Amino acid sequence: MFDFYFNLPLIVRLVVQAGAVILVLFPIAAACSMAERKISAWIQGRPGPNRTVPPFLAWVPVFVPFLQRLGVFQLAADGGKFVFKQDPVPGHVNKVYFILAPIIAMIPALSTIVVVPFGAYVDSAGKLVPIVLANLDIGLLAVFAVSSLGVYSVILAGWASNSKYSFLGGVRASAQLVSYELAMTLSVLPVFLWVNAPGGQGTLSLFDVVQLQSGVGLHWNSVWFIGYFPVSAFIFLVALFAETNRAPFDMPESESELVGGFHTEYGAFKWSLFFVAEYCHMVVGSGVFILLFLGGWNPLPGLPLTALVDLLHGVIPFATHPLFMGLLGIGIFIGKVILSIFFFMWVRWTLPRFRYDQVMDLGWTKLLPLSIANLVIYTLGIAGLALLQK
Amino acid sequence: MAVIPVDRKPLTFAERTYIPQIIGGLRTTLKHFFRPTVTLQYPEQRPEIPKGYRGVPTLVKDPNGREKCVSCQLCEFVCPPKAIRIAPGELPADSANAHVEKGPQAFDIDMLRCIYCGLCQEVCPEEAIFLQNQFSMSGYTRAEMVNNKARLYELGGTLPDQHFKWDKKKAAEEHGNAH
Amino acid sequence: MADLIFYIFAAFTAGSALAVVLTKNTVAAALALLLCLVGVAGIFVLLDAFLLAALMVFVYAGAVVALFLFIVMLLDVQGGVRKPFKKATIVSSVFAFILLLLGLASFAHKGVQTTGDLGAAAPVGATLKSYGEQLFTTYLLPVQIVGFLLLIAMLGVIVLSKKFEGLEDIK
Repeated sequence: MFDFYFNLPLIVRLVVQAGAVILVLFPIAAACSMAERKISAWIQGRPGPNRTVPPFLAWVPVFVPFLQRLGVFQLAADGGKFVFKQDPVPGHVNKVYFILAPIIAMIPALSTIVVVPFGAYVDSAGKLVPIVLANLDIGLLAVFAVSSLGVYSVILAGWASNSKYSFLGGVRASAQLVSYELAMTLSVLPVFLWVNAPGGQGTLSLFDVVQLQSGVGLHWNSVWFIGYFPVSAFIFLVALFAETNRAPFDMPESESELVGGFHTEYGAFKWSLFFVAEYCHMVVGSGVFILLFLGGWNPLPGLPLTALVDLLHGVIPFATHPLFMGLLGIGIFIGKVILSIFFFMWVRWTLPRFRYDQVMDLGWTKLLPLSIANLVIYTLGIAGLALLQK
Repeated sequence: MAVIPVDRKPLTFAERTYIPQIIGGLRTTLKHFFRPTVTLQYPEQRPEIPKGYRGVPTLVKDPNGREKCVSCQLCEFVCPPKAIRIAPGELPADSANAHVEKGPQAFDIDMLRCIYCGLCQEVCPEEAIFLQNQFSMSGYTRAEMVNNKARLYELGGTLPDQHFKWDKKKAAEEHGNAH
Repeated sequence: MADLIFYIFAAFTAGSALAVVLTKNTVAAALALLLCLVGVAGIFVLLDAFLLAALMVFVYAGAVVALFLFIVMLLDVQGGVRKPFKKATIVSSVFAFILLLLGLASFAHKGVQTTGDLGAAAPVGATLKSYGEQLFTTYLLPVQIVGFLLLIAMLGVIVLSKKFEGLEDIK
């Protein structure tokens, strides 16, 4: 049934797959902006945007008012507004870099997803295959590498805007992102020491990390890695907040001090590109967090996707079909990502923004030593386990 | 003056990590997340106006439908932003209280100037001008924002009256001891 | 196909490297350096050295150039008047150019591959495991030396950046 697809040339298939991934990622990122407004509203005891409805749909009884109260049409109106609004380029900016910056922002935001697996299926040979655009050996490193390029859009935007607020935002962003990258990278090393324990295959692939969290029932591998590496997970999460410029680390834009930070001078479509890029970073970042520490596409600890499919096979006959299994895995993964994004927003509307020196202090004098100590302890522990097994 | 020294306790380790505080904050916001919203859906739901609210100043009539204002112009004089303009004049000859009192020919309150201080209501000897519940004024032109006499009576309507001054006057006239 | 991609990346890298030297705007130069590093990473990918490519982007493009830009922005360097070249600069650059030509000539002369097909042997840096093994066995000494040099550089930066009022502070 799908043979014709696999008979297509590789490059066509890759383009189709990449297009499909972006078609999922982009609306999620866009919907996040509405979710942000709704969640902030509910936390503050407000209903949030609930008025907008296109007149030609207003007559539909139950369904449309429900969407209206959820603010779905507001999202469409906002998106349309960004497209049709006048796009000002202030006279005092460096035009080339000013226009380049939002474009650069989209590149790492959309390309990190390439090495992130988001599901798995059992192929005809009975082997578990990840659903991913490129299953690289160095998966996580590639995510880190490409996402570290995200800082340039912020720096460039800050510099090219030629205004002091933007400039301060850009400077803060570059310092903050470089600082927290260190703690973030060190915090995941224990996980990969464990994955690559002596006798292991030697990989940084995120798929293999999930495989080690897919034990059935009571098994060593049934525990998600947040149970084995709570400190790593904590440091990674905090650094993720800092890397995605989310509150309480949104120093680069902190509207109470810097007007809008690096995007002060931006408006209309260019501004919305920054906005969407931030949410894309959030989606990919929480995806990586879930793969590393929360069991990826496995629904529950001790109940991996394969076991769930076998259970469902009794109820639904086509449950073991690769297509169903793949979609189920992707669904579970996206569900977890959405929960994690909710957590991001929940934190944003709870915590006050840190002062800039506190951010730097936390990064360099707290998280970095903590992650180094974490690494050393886990290295000794894993080496000790390996000795014991001998 | 007694000075009470209050020792500031040093932060405990748990407090310095800030994590218990974060968790407490998250719990609070989650509680609010599931609580019903408190927003008033304004144009459909109207707020409950408390007693003694000072809204748009209006002119009122007594229960017999007579206008109470005698155009003494005290409100015009007391009005701090000079929002009130009154043109005093004789009452029409066929009205019951003609030749006794005057009445306003024109009574304009410029709502772009009015500061809702309530001094006009305070100063009015006839209890003819009241700041009532109306709180929302809007218009497309400046001229629209000036309430004329007809509009002021329309907004004000009739308020219960304790004195019924005209009835008393009429009774006194009939019994022959006016004033 | 791979050759064509190589030429594209090589031209891209060389072009942006030239731009680093020739452009007057410091921020533009730093960005050209960024492009140059990305081009080098692309060439590493063509050589199947994915790890090196990722590290190249992660460390150099992601962090080092960001710090360059950070410093440039803090110093707020504007393209001023260019000073005339010193004699020593001219002599050393001519010398370096001759060395470069010699190096290219030696490549052209001796670099012709006479051994068996290198593609048959697994490239050393291709998989993470072989890379790590080589790093901690064959190339252990260079790694140690580089690490030591970096440590010295770090100490030097600390000493230079901290203002010592007197000898008491050091003690």
